[in-house]
Amino acid sequence: MLEVSKTMAEPDNILLEVKDLTMDFGGLRAVDSVSLNVCPGEIVALIGPNGAGKTTFFNCVTGMYKPTNGAVMVHPPEGKSQKINGFKSNRVTTIGMARTFQNIRLFKNMTVLENVMIGRHCRTTTSIIGAILRGSKTRRQERETVEISYDLLEKVGLVDVADEFAKNLPYGAQRRLEIARAMATDPFLLLLDEPAAGMNPQETKALDELIVRIRDTEKISILLIEHDMKLVMNISDRIYVMEYGKEIAQGSPMDIRNDPKVIKAYLGEDSDA
Amino acid sequence: MVDNIKRSLLVALWFVFLTFPLMVVKVNTLKNIVEWRWINMLWVAIGSFVLSIVWRWAMERRQLKSKKAEQGEEESVKPGFGQRLLEDPKIFKPVLIVLALVTLVFPLVVDIYQANIMVLALIFVVLGLGLNVTVGLAGLLDLGYVAFFAVGAYTYGVLNSFFGFGFWISLPLGGLMGALFGIVLGFPILRLRGDYLAIVTLGFGSIAKIVIENWEEVFNGAKGIANIPRPGFFGAEMSIHTATTYTYYIMILMVLFAIFITNRLKDSRVGRAWMALREDEIACVAMGVDMARTKLSAYAFGAFWAGLAGVIFASRNTYINPNSFTFMESALVLSIVVMGGMGSIIGVIIAALVLILMPEYLRAFSEYRMLMFGAVMVLMMIFRPEGLIANVRRKYAGRKVVTEDANA
Ligand SMILES: Nc1ncnc2c1ncn2[C@@H]1O[C@H](COP(=O)(O)OP(=O)(O)O)[C@@H](O)[C@H]1O
Ligand SMILES: [Mg+2]
Repeated sequence: MLEVSKTMAEPDNILLEVKDLTMDFGGLRAVDSVSLNVCPGEIVALIGPNGAGKTTFFNCVTGMYKPTNGAVMVHPPEGKSQKINGFKSNRVTTIGMARTFQNIRLFKNMTVLENVMIGRHCRTTTSIIGAILRGSKTRRQERETVEISYDLLEKVGLVDVADEFAKNLPYGAQRRLEIARAMATDPFLLLLDEPAAGMNPQETKALDELIVRIRDTEKISILLIEHDMKLVMNISDRIYVMEYGKEIAQGSPMDIRNDPKVIKAYLGEDSDA
Repeated sequence: MVDNIKRSLLVALWFVFLTFPLMVVKVNTLKNIVEWRWINMLWVAIGSFVLSIVWRWAMERRQLKSKKAEQGEEESVKPGFGQRLLEDPKIFKPVLIVLALVTLVFPLVVDIYQANIMVLALIFVVLGLGLNVTVGLAGLLDLGYVAFFAVGAYTYGVLNSFFGFGFWISLPLGGLMGALFGIVLGFPILRLRGDYLAIVTLGFGSIAKIVIENWEEVFNGAKGIANIPRPGFFGAEMSIHTATTYTYYIMILMVLFAIFITNRLKDSRVGRAWMALREDEIACVAMGVDMARTKLSAYAFGAFWAGLAGVIFASRNTYINPNSFTFMESALVLSIVVMGGMGSIIGVIIAALVLILMPEYLRAFSEYRMLMFGAVMVLMMIFRPEGLIANVRRKYAGRKVVTEDANA
């Protein structure tokens, strides 16, 4: 069963290719030789119990940590393939992989719109001098930034609160704002770290729809961490499962649902709420 | 209310008791008698009573407010006076016109002493606006800002005494030197945050002073550099009075220039990146902002204004020595930024004028200057932690907003 789902896509049809990624914190091996691929148009989920190393894996891929071992390769749709281990996270984002955070990290004292506008930073070029002179190019970039940002806010349903401070948004809206901000960087791959955490069932459902919509209409592939595996069964094309830093299974939702190792991993610990 | 009065009476009594030996009893050693100054006791009683009442009232109001906020009620519907002043053109315009007129005629109606103080206050306005970018916008707590002020002042002093450079060439050079030092000193502190950054920059400030004091050949050590020319006007001879007035107008232009530029930057790609860096460095970098470049630019930009202000400071005093560049000045500018409201331009201007002019005109209290500063700061932190004028974020009109209004 595992073999069937392991349709190893051809290299030219992979966006993100992680090989044997290992991350040590002192004596603790938080991620142990994990390999993972994301292909264009896919929603891939990474699930596993708390402390399995999912967030650490994200941090390695997005340049927050320098992995101890292994390779992170990107093959952007346009642009050349490269190994990005050890790149600073702003460079990773500029290449085209943007993320959200498990513990929301918005710019709290900036408006909702400004939060999204920050995402445009790496796609615009205005310098200090340019900002002071405010020439035609600067003004055009500013206008485009505002327009794109409003568009994104509309897509995630936050236009009405564009001028609110980010800190004043309810929880679910903050999560959506993080997604909009990440999308503003024009990524080919979005990495979402537990985007549904703390949401109620309706919010979660709306979020699932949003994620599918992003994939279908924006043509952005998605790598998604979810703690709760039931949630991702509907929307994921493929699922990877981690436990204690190791990858214990991968495959279609159907495979994963019936995988004895996964069932054991999840039943082995207290079934979380 | 009755309870308040009762408690305040108790407080007054307590203070009378506490200060009794200090304020009432006085031993006259010449005549060998003890003087009883009962009238002082009355003053202490009245003073502490009134203060206590005011304090209690203010605290009560504050609690009421936070209780309301907890219950989810909208915080006062009516915007504060400062806000109205800025947003309502009906108030805003006449105020602005009056202000402009007063500013223009000020040096013509007052004496040279007053004009000179005003120039100093304006210098601190520029310093405040500069540090406001580094601390208020970019969130880089800098306790050694005076170092860049010194760089500017000594750039002019040294260039003038060695090479005879004039004011107008030295002015931009001073600013550029400030910015250059900002970048050079910025590199080692890129990774530091918060308290650590504060401590290291505090060190920079002291090092700058020590270097100036000890490098006799260039900076003339503790003796300082004298005979620095005032700003020139195409080589025209000017009396001290005219020169001061002239400097005043230069300063006004410079303040306008600083307001204009910081205003433009605040709502630009660069300014937003600075703010994002302040809000959350990790998220900011994860959104594609180059941390090193953004931090250095904020640091250098703030230092640039300190450099410019330094040159003017040197030309105003015509004499500089290391004692003008102590931690006191750094603390003063930082107080201006904190008091004015982080990131708010108008707030910083008001705070600079208050903090510089108040001690000058209240000479009687000059010994208590630091005490008053401390009191003002503590009160600010309790009652208006966001500063005199809270920073208002710009609203960008998008086409979406327009359609929304049409629907409403
Ligand atoms: N910066 C760090 N330093 C040390 N240990 C860490 C660090 N980050 C994560 N860990 C450890 O790595 C393990 C995996 O954590 P994490 O990746 O957050 O798990 P998950 O996101 O799957 O819940 C945990 O045991 C955690 O304590
Ligand atoms: Mg996690």
